[in-house]
Amino acid sequence: MRGSFGGFFSVAFAVAWRQVYRFFTNPAFLTPALFPIFFFVAFAGGLSSVGQVPGFDFSAGYTAFQFVWSLLQAVALGGAFTGFSIAGDFESGFARRLLLAASERRGIILGYVLASLVRAGVTGTLVTVVALLAGMRPEGGVDLFGLVGLALLVNVAATLFGAGVAMLSRTQQAGPLIRTPIFLVLFLAPVFVPQQLLAGWISAVAAVNPFTFVLEAARGFVSGEPSGGAFAFAIGGTVVLLVPWVLFSLRRAEKAG
Amino acid sequence: MSLALLTQVSHLARRSVLRTLRQPGVMVSAILFPLMFFAIIASGLDAATSIPGFPAGSYLDFAFAFPLVQASLFGAVTAGADLARDIESGFLDRLSLTPMRPVALLGGMLSGVVALGLIQGCVFLAVGLAAGVNVESGFPGMVLLVLLMVLVALGFGGLGAILALRTGSGEAVESSFPLFFVAIFLSSINLPRDLIEAGWFRVVATLNPVSYLVEGIRSLIITGWDLQALALGFGCAFGIIALALAGAVASLKVRMART
Repeated sequence: MRGSFGGFFSVAFAVAWRQVYRFFTNPAFLTPALFPIFFFVAFAGGLSSVGQVPGFDFSAGYTAFQFVWSLLQAVALGGAFTGFSIAGDFESGFARRLLLAASERRGIILGYVLASLVRAGVTGTLVTVVALLAGMRPEGGVDLFGLVGLALLVNVAATLFGAGVAMLSRTQQAGPLIRTPIFLVLFLAPVFVPQQLLAGWISAVAAVNPFTFVLEAARGFVSGEPSGGAFAFAIGGTVVLLVPWVLFSLRRAEKAG
Repeated sequence: MSLALLTQVSHLARRSVLRTLRQPGVMVSAILFPLMFFAIIASGLDAATSIPGFPAGSYLDFAFAFPLVQASLFGAVTAGADLARDIESGFLDRLSLTPMRPVALLGGMLSGVVALGLIQGCVFLAVGLAAGVNVESGFPGMVLLVLLMVLVALGFGGLGAILALRTGSGEAVESSFPLFFVAIFLSSINLPRDLIEAGWFRVVATLNPVSYLVEGIRSLIITGWDLQALALGFGCAFGIIALALAGAVASLKVRMART
């Protein structure tokens, strides 16, 4: 069955099952949700009067405005933590055994991505429940499926990036190399106010940050005024560009034995 | 303090300061990370100055307290982790076999915190002034500002020492970082308390001593000489230092008894 279609999926499901089992038997798997929840509470609670700034016209309110960023942060960190987990597998020697045993090694990557999606589903739900308890009232209706779609794309992108770095470095000391770029992309966007109210250097940086388009479109889905959704999904679709990166890293890991 | 104890403290302080300075990774992250956050928050929240009643014309000035307080937090975690490493590596055990008094270890470690805080304070002040921060209280205010930051670092450093001595694990100290982070963000760090709309958040920020540390530092930058804010700021800093040092000494006694 080596190299076969069936082998690819059987490896993927086996890896995904192991990862999901590990998540749910270790409370630490909720860690990616803790930081976004904390930021959500701090920003939505402490900065709610920012919604009074002239020109701030987000109809669903400041709580919903901050929720979207926190949700995307939670799913992105879910991807980053999957990267840490892969690095841990290499350090423990499990990944080496996995590479020897897998009939179709590319299935390993799909397995980690599937597990990361499950993780993102749980942490994203947790952030959403906290936001609803905090008084968020989304106005999007069916548009909210657009938000879910964008969140999944963000998670897949972060997972592929993290997996690539982890397979290339094969050590948990690469944690900052995974975490820092993701944090930078998340924060160099319109976090506190809409894009049009940003000024100075952050406005210029946010204007070219692809995450800005995803964030603004996701906020549009929550407020029931979707705009730029197709463009955001197109940007999200460029996640396929990360596939060669992670395949390259997998080859390097194979060569390293 | 006897001459012998002073000598012991100075030897361990030198070791602590050198150890901090010889870790470029620690120095860089202790300086770059707060500056990066400051740059992002100061620019991202600049529109907040349009909120009616906002006390400053520039959010850059308003937010300048952020890197100073956050840097103190980094110092606490770094110092705590260093002390935990001394416990893990057996240095504390070997120390207990010498005539050196355990309290000298604490004094030496906190000297490292003070040194790091002083370096951070001066670097941040230079970067802030270069970026356009206007300190209303002038040069004497800048000196007081760095002094208050060092006191805050000392207080947080004491808390880091308690964690290190209680757990004896560098990993446990490192994992306490989010707790310090929560304490900073659940304060008046981003907006003045009277402009915080959410009632529960305003109550938490009012009860959180970090708010008074922030407001003391901030008053020197945006107001000038606000004696009430300064008294509350310095009062809270000394209060945290006293509690943290008392807790650290008690924890050290327990740790040495175990040793």
